[in-house]
Amino acid sequence: MSFLLLFIVIPVLTVIGIFFSKTHMQVKWTAVVGMSCQLILAGFLIYLFLAARAAGNTAEILFSQDMVWYKNLNIHFFIGVDGVSVAMIGLTSIVIFAGIFASWDVTDLPREFFTSLILLAAGVFGFFISLDLFTLFLFYEIAVIPMYLLIGIWGSGPRHYSAMKLTLMLMGGSALIMLGLLGLYFNSAPGGGPLTFNLIQISKVAIPMPAQRFFFPFLFIGFGVLGALFPFHTWSPDGHASAPTAVSMLHAGVLMKLGGYGCYRVAVFLLPGAAHEMAWIFLILTTIGVIYGAFGAIWQKDLKYINAYSSVSHCALVLFAVLMMNQTAMNGAIMQMISHGIMTALFFALIGMIYGRTHTRLINEMGGLMKVMPFLGVAYVIGGLASLGLPGFSGFVAEMTIFVGSFQHNDVFHRVCTIIAASSIVVTAVYILRVVGILLLGKIKNPEFNHIIDAKWFDRMSVVTLILGITAIGMAPLWLSDMINNGLVPVMQRILLAGPILH
Amino acid sequence: MLIMRHELLLIAITVILLLVEIFLPADKKHNVITAAILLMTAVLILGFIPGPTGILFGGMYQTTALTLMLKNILNIGALIVMIQSADWLRKPENKEKISEYYILMLSTLIGMQYMISSGDFLMFYLGLELATIPLAALAAFERFKEKSAEAGVKLIFSSALSSGILLYGLSMVYGTTGTLYFAEVGPAFTGTPLQVLGFIFFFAGMAFKISLVPFHLWTADVYEGAPVNITSYLSVVSKGAAAFILTILLFTVFSKIALMWSNMLYIIIILTITLGNLFAIRQQNLKRFLAFSSIAQAGFILLGIIGQSQYGMATVIYFVLVYIFSNLGAFGVVAIISNRTGFETINDYDGLYRTNPRLAMVMMLSLFSLAGIPPVAGFFGKFFLFAAAANHGLYILVLIAIINTIISLYYYLLVIKAMFLNRSDRPIPKIKSDFYSSLGLILCLAGIFAIGIFSAVFEMINGLSFGLY
Repeated sequence: MSFLLLFIVIPVLTVIGIFFSKTHMQVKWTAVVGMSCQLILAGFLIYLFLAARAAGNTAEILFSQDMVWYKNLNIHFFIGVDGVSVAMIGLTSIVIFAGIFASWDVTDLPREFFTSLILLAAGVFGFFISLDLFTLFLFYEIAVIPMYLLIGIWGSGPRHYSAMKLTLMLMGGSALIMLGLLGLYFNSAPGGGPLTFNLIQISKVAIPMPAQRFFFPFLFIGFGVLGALFPFHTWSPDGHASAPTAVSMLHAGVLMKLGGYGCYRVAVFLLPGAAHEMAWIFLILTTIGVIYGAFGAIWQKDLKYINAYSSVSHCALVLFAVLMMNQTAMNGAIMQMISHGIMTALFFALIGMIYGRTHTRLINEMGGLMKVMPFLGVAYVIGGLASLGLPGFSGFVAEMTIFVGSFQHNDVFHRVCTIIAASSIVVTAVYILRVVGILLLGKIKNPEFNHIIDAKWFDRMSVVTLILGITAIGMAPLWLSDMINNGLVPVMQRILLAGPILH
Repeated sequence: MLIMRHELLLIAITVILLLVEIFLPADKKHNVITAAILLMTAVLILGFIPGPTGILFGGMYQTTALTLMLKNILNIGALIVMIQSADWLRKPENKEKISEYYILMLSTLIGMQYMISSGDFLMFYLGLELATIPLAALAAFERFKEKSAEAGVKLIFSSALSSGILLYGLSMVYGTTGTLYFAEVGPAFTGTPLQVLGFIFFFAGMAFKISLVPFHLWTADVYEGAPVNITSYLSVVSKGAAAFILTILLFTVFSKIALMWSNMLYIIIILTITLGNLFAIRQQNLKRFLAFSSIAQAGFILLGIIGQSQYGMATVIYFVLVYIFSNLGAFGVVAIISNRTGFETINDYDGLYRTNPRLAMVMMLSLFSLAGIPPVAGFFGKFFLFAAAANHGLYILVLIAIINTIISLYYYLLVIKAMFLNRSDRPIPKIKSDFYSSLGLILCLAGIFAIGIFSAVFEMINGLSFGLY
């Protein structure tokens, strides 16, 4: 048995443990124990992975295990990891760990809250270790559906509307994915032989071009909905604004990455021919998305909306880089996913903590918070600086790699897109610095803010974990980018084989 | 003898119940519930023992491994309905009629089993009628309620009409082929205009039973008026049996005009799924809501038939099995709440989770299964159905169907929203469900989870199915 199975077993055990917990505290501590195990396991996985690579193991997929599930359809339970999925698993375990601490003060139905949250995480972990398209899709849907309850029951504002909108849009996306997967399945053996959902096997067959052209848009848009592809991003601001803190963290931090990862792993990787042909359409959309999200963030007054629009912008950049289809840009895309995942989780955690103290999220009503809560204030500044791409933090490494990679294309179209997308960094700086200025500096606007207590221990736990993540990547990016590169090599080979080499 | 054992066993327990009804003193009548359930359980278990297959009465009756399995599936559904009805039958106004209820239900079941085993159209028609007429009596079971009586009348009229149409079609089939035996009709059925006309009448008759659009108009009223447990029986067992026999007949007897009927199904599927879903959105009464949802589900079942392969037939049977557990789970909760409190609309369910968390959980999982959300079995059922149709190259049809699952998810979420998200000033009080109701729901839940996760069920069904001849 591959130990990767533990990534699904531990959350399930945790849920069972929560079910039998009696008190509020027991529920929380069960969740903490479970997710700490998950974090340790992820660290162990990274260590084992790097050790195996250092020992010269060059297999494309490590720690794999293949079990037949539905024999007639050749559906397998096939799990394994490469460099990219190891990185994503690391990200997920950090964010869910921090998310548990960030939701320490949930008092309404805590048992159900933590159960849904951990089920969501289980879906995400399952998604990242799956190499069979059927189970991949199964875990994808498991990750999406608890959102409805999480936002609907524990959310704020127009939560019923947001929850319904988010669920239906994401499930609409998954409907497109399902059709695309069926298309892949029935074209997975053009030369005869058994059909398969096995991702690695499909990547080795040449799917006929007409089929590629037909199914690529379904897969790319389907995953793109979750990756906030413009114009299908509209669920994101409403959903994130209404969701409770930990859910926003997990959703923007991890769940949206499922979209980016799916676009990279399924759409572009398995249908490279069509990806080459149609990339320009989606490049235009993602470029619009990058700029649109950044400008959208400028106009918002609600902290969560600002961050949600900023997420739209950053996630569009991920898809943008995936579509550039060269190794550097792809590497940047994965780095950006990790970096944005931790960063945005930090932001949403801080926003939740600030809201819990000031009871408002409108920036106009706040001011001078740095004086009353220095810890959270400094953390917010760190997050902001990382978000606008200051060297030394993860954001810089990621965006730098993306733009260097995309500028390697020497035709006008790609260059123009790159320049437009890169200009979003300036816009990002505008809204980040503006918020920091209004929110943290200046005079205290509301006398009640004088009684605010700074971060409690569980708040600090959550924030420190995330800041450690950002700075670790920012200061020493090489081990991470090497690991990702390692996973990208076979993917890039496949993509370059399929189409004209773009430089 | 053994070849007909499913039917004979059911007849035996029907007769036992009849005798019990005559000789049992009135104050001990409630024991009939336990007796009936135990007897039915015994029948179900005996049905699973492998037995001989073959033909009887010169080919009018046939038993194959497939029909045995289909009968077992129907028995499972009927048993769960019988368990779920216990609570309702204990009410004072029903005390007098307990054995009546079970006898009527069992005779419809016998009819369905004869229908599935039939080897010629006459036998098929007899089984169909035996399966339908007692249902009308069941629908009108609460005869002092106007709606229940109305449901009974509507059901008997619409089924009489549909049987007439079906019989008219069969007469044309007989006229052009000169025989009623399936084995002989099949080769002779080449698709002459009169035969096609006959087929269309036959199909229309069956479409009434499965409630496909545009033959669905009776469904919502009957489902709403009939007692909840009868509604669940109608929507699951009765519909499942009709779907089974339709699949078998289309694949064997009418295989030579497969191109024609698959084009026809293409349109009917789109109409059924879309209209069923759009009407379901507007419903407030949960029974009407589930009626329209079951119309849409019937359209999904056809997706497997249009796949025309062995795998397609397997998905039809598998989906019906999944649907039995999921729909009975949902109806079970509706039945408990309706019997105890009389509440039947979605608004009444506001805040159900806060007072009755278990019922709300069962309802949510059943609805997720109906909507096709993993990890419950409905996801597998839907995915396989789509794969069956996609295997035939019908990607556009599959896309329309998948988009419809999102519409259906919307209205299923409306119920979940009422139960989990909404708060209510006067929620449904805490219900302490009795042994049989809990047992029924637990069986449904176990089925919903087990059928999806254990692939053996699907493999067994696939092994016994066959494709277009």
